[in-house]
Amino acid sequence: MKLTVLVHSAPYSSQAAYSAYRFSASALAAGHEIYRLFFYYDGVHNSSLLSTQAQDEFDLIAAWRTLIESHQIDAISCVSSALKRGILDAQEAARYEKPASNLAEQFTLSGLGQLVDASIESDRVVSFGG
Amino acid sequence: MSTNTAKTITFITRSTPYGHGQAKACLDMVLSAAVFEQKINFIFMDDGVWQLKKGQAPSHIDAKDLSAAFTALPLYEVNDLYVNANDLQERGLNCEELVVPVHSVQANTIAELIRESDVVFTL
Repeated sequence: MKLTVLVHSAPYSSQAAYSAYRFSASALAAGHEIYRLFFYYDGVHNSSLLSTQAQDEFDLIAAWRTLIESHQIDAISCVSSALKRGILDAQEAARYEKPASNLAEQFTLSGLGQLVDASIESDRVVSFGG
Repeated sequence: MSTNTAKTITFITRSTPYGHGQAKACLDMVLSAAVFEQKINFIFMDDGVWQLKKGQAPSHIDAKDLSAAFTALPLYEVNDLYVNANDLQERGLNCEELVVPVHSVQANTIAELIRESDVVFTL
């Protein structure tokens, strides 16, 4: 089945983002395709390179990055959500004259149209957050 | 795969217009979906019904008026707005106090709308 996963909660604030990760990994292991991962609203915090965990805690951001890279998943962080929350890629940092960028390279900033496209093209959209 | 016929996408919004960002986030999703010419249902439940209340003055908290966007929804061909009648009544509101005409429906109608949808987003 062709799936799209929507994440709209921040990591660590609730279990939602972790559950989204576990669901995505399990779906891929079961032979399903993930058409797109879309991070919206507070979910964009999942794409911050600067998120730092204690050594004995599960590093969800690192886990996402490994999963996205190993399965070549299209992972989008909503650009308007991300900019508001201080998640910028180098291009946006330059555009808004900010001193740094922090979007993990496995993610792309793009608009909500990518979520709508994914909804049209996927068999199922599974949302995590709330 | 780009020749799919239109899908029915239902958006359910359940939080107050201000104080949290979800209402704006849900509205942005609706407007994006409208551009793709999909069949859209927009359902207001729980405290989400407050989003439609006339007379909002959010400039006092340096926020933009969300309700102005609802009146523009027909321009995007988003015409199917629903409110949960019980949630409206529980909050002492009626349809005359809302910024746009809506279908005031019971929970079973909302359940039916969800059942008939291809995709449901709740925010």
